[in-house]
Amino acid sequence: MLIRLLVVSLAMLAVTPAQPQTKLDIPVIYLRQEVPAPPVLSNLDPIPEDRGIAGAELGLTDNLTTGRFMGHDYTLDVITVPQDGDLRGAAVDALGRSRLIIVDAPADDLLMIADLPAADGALIFNAAAPEPLLRGAECRANVFHSLPSLAMRTDALMQFLQKRRWDDLVMVAGTRPADSAYAEALAASATKFGLTVRDRKDWAFDADMRRNASQEVPLFTQDFGTYDVLLIADETRDFGRYLAYNTWEARPVAGSEGLEPVTWAPVVEQWGAAQLQNRFRDQAERAMTGRDYAAWAAMRAIGEAVTRTTASDAATLRDFMLSDQFELAGFKGRPLSFRTWNGQLRQPIPLVTRAALVAQAPLEGFLHPVTELDTLGADAPETDCTAFTD
Amino acid sequence: MKTTLAALLATCAALPALAAGEIWVTNEKDDTVSVIDVETLEVVRTLPTGERPRGITFSKDFSKLYICASDSDTVQVMDPETGDILYDLPSGEDPEQFVLHPDDRHLYIANEDDAITTVVDTETRQVVAQIDVGIEPEGMAVNDAGTVAITTSETTNMAHWIDTETQELFANTLVDSRPRHAEFTKDDSELWVSAEIGGTISVFETDGQTEIAKIEFEIDGMHPDRVQPVGFEFTDDQKTAFVALGPSNHIAVVNADTYEVEDYILVGRRVWHMAFSPDKSLLFTTNGVSGDVTVIDVANREAIKSIKVGRFPWGAAMRPTTSG
Repeated sequence: MLIRLLVVSLAMLAVTPAQPQTKLDIPVIYLRQEVPAPPVLSNLDPIPEDRGIAGAELGLTDNLTTGRFMGHDYTLDVITVPQDGDLRGAAVDALGRSRLIIVDAPADDLLMIADLPAADGALIFNAAAPEPLLRGAECRANVFHSLPSLAMRTDALMQFLQKRRWDDLVMVAGTRPADSAYAEALAASATKFGLTVRDRKDWAFDADMRRNASQEVPLFTQDFGTYDVLLIADETRDFGRYLAYNTWEARPVAGSEGLEPVTWAPVVEQWGAAQLQNRFRDQAERAMTGRDYAAWAAMRAIGEAVTRTTASDAATLRDFMLSDQFELAGFKGRPLSFRTWNGQLRQPIPLVTRAALVAQAPLEGFLHPVTELDTLGADAPETDCTAFTD
Repeated sequence: MKTTLAALLATCAALPALAAGEIWVTNEKDDTVSVIDVETLEVVRTLPTGERPRGITFSKDFSKLYICASDSDTVQVMDPETGDILYDLPSGEDPEQFVLHPDDRHLYIANEDDAITTVVDTETRQVVAQIDVGIEPEGMAVNDAGTVAITTSETTNMAHWIDTETQELFANTLVDSRPRHAEFTKDDSELWVSAEIGGTISVFETDGQTEIAKIEFEIDGMHPDRVQPVGFEFTDDQKTAFVALGPSNHIAVVNADTYEVEDYILVGRRVWHMAFSPDKSLLFTTNGVSGDVTVIDVANREAIKSIKVGRFPWGAAMRPTTSG
């Protein structure tokens, strides 16, 4: 595919496009820190080997197509660091070769990279770490976030529950750090939208729930009493899938299972999304995940900024991305743009089941003086981020 | 409402200018076309098509109807009298939108999934050329002189200018995000391109392909993000353009001389494309989400009726009829 495009690009240049051409090379590096995947009960949803990478590769293809009419040549170099590898060394090397880096690594590693002397003045895209802290007190001027924060996703869910007036909530949370972080985000968003998480239980079973969920879960959920919705915080997709239809009360589940607020999902097909899904499936031979979307969006944000500025240096691109000139068509029905106070890509959040898109936040009725997209996640007046103010 | 309609019909009846005709609408999620009678404003026929019909246009003498059956990967040719599919044309994969060259013979087709524009000879039923364009080509236009064809590509955000002699690109111009539709003005001096996510229409001078104006839209109480220009049509005198604004559920009325928006008309939900009645007194808009067609009184710039059609109406084309 790539080779075909490059051949086409040469042919195309021969026919004198009238768009004024400025020859530019835009090397982008995708830097991934491998992390151990914790064991889960079900074998149904393996994590794709190339999660994230395939999204960046599609973004590259998209950028090259526009680039061939402009004389802009994009490259993508993927560097994967094994679990015990030298991420610092790899990052220094990458920053020596390109000032545009997409990072697929946990929050601590991301900050380590961003704080390297070599990263000063570079433009780093966080396409994998959802922690609100990275967009708040621990934000960095050289880090933009194409992945929505946890808060954006949980705010989206709470808007929906609020709108349906399902305001009496209970929660089952896993005990892994990602589960706790998601549980905290759910609780904070519930408070923000005036809902109550009345009770919370930790999931500490070590039996195989594939066999005995129907015996255990009704009893486990019986003492919640009556409620509207059971929230599930299970970010590794370990146990959540066994709760639906096994609860004591006949109530829906939401959060990590049931109705999920996500970055992206195969069920998103409106707003031309079907085309993006098809292109991704053709190229990667699997469905597009949220991480793929975030990496694709980072790559496309770079492409869009290069196309509009005909520049390739990180400083010019950063300025343009933070200006009101920048808008990215992200197949979510509205133009996407970066928040000037923390570099977060503002974007709608689909609320999905495995079979359908249920709604897309921001929902109608949640108003904002600037853009309703900023009803999701930390807004300008409440941000703890100061790195973007100078 | 009823009285308005009655009054309107009475007015129309009094005017000899009202030519009989039909509006043909493709229903993207029903695999049908709905045929609306312009006089009665009712659906008189519903005809089956291939899968996911979108673009729709008639031959010059209205004896043939061309339909982009996107998911069938073909352009179907229908006899509008009988509703029979006569034959399929090779179209390239996933044809979304097309335009018939003034020679009444060549169709320029946007192949959305393949980043290609396909040129088909409708007489020999052969593909004449395939032209590589940007990602997700959609909007198609040919100038009146027949010398220049345009493809807009939604993800590449460009209008690609095709020399119809050589079938090669001779220019590529950037527009705002997600360009959807393109039209030349009748004298070929200007090209208009709508950008759905950019929320604008770019106006180009065709000589030199320079942008001379950018039209923006603003609806009270509606966030600019939701004001998404897609299909548009010019009136016969070229003084006015009617622009569908997608999920803002409005049609904008644009002064084509000053590029100023003069009016907004509330229509159905997610308005896509439109077609005029034969005498241009009525405008029919396809409203994808609400599954209906809004009829606009062009002179008074107001919606007068909604007509239920199939699921997700998309394209629209007019056919004059002799009866009535």
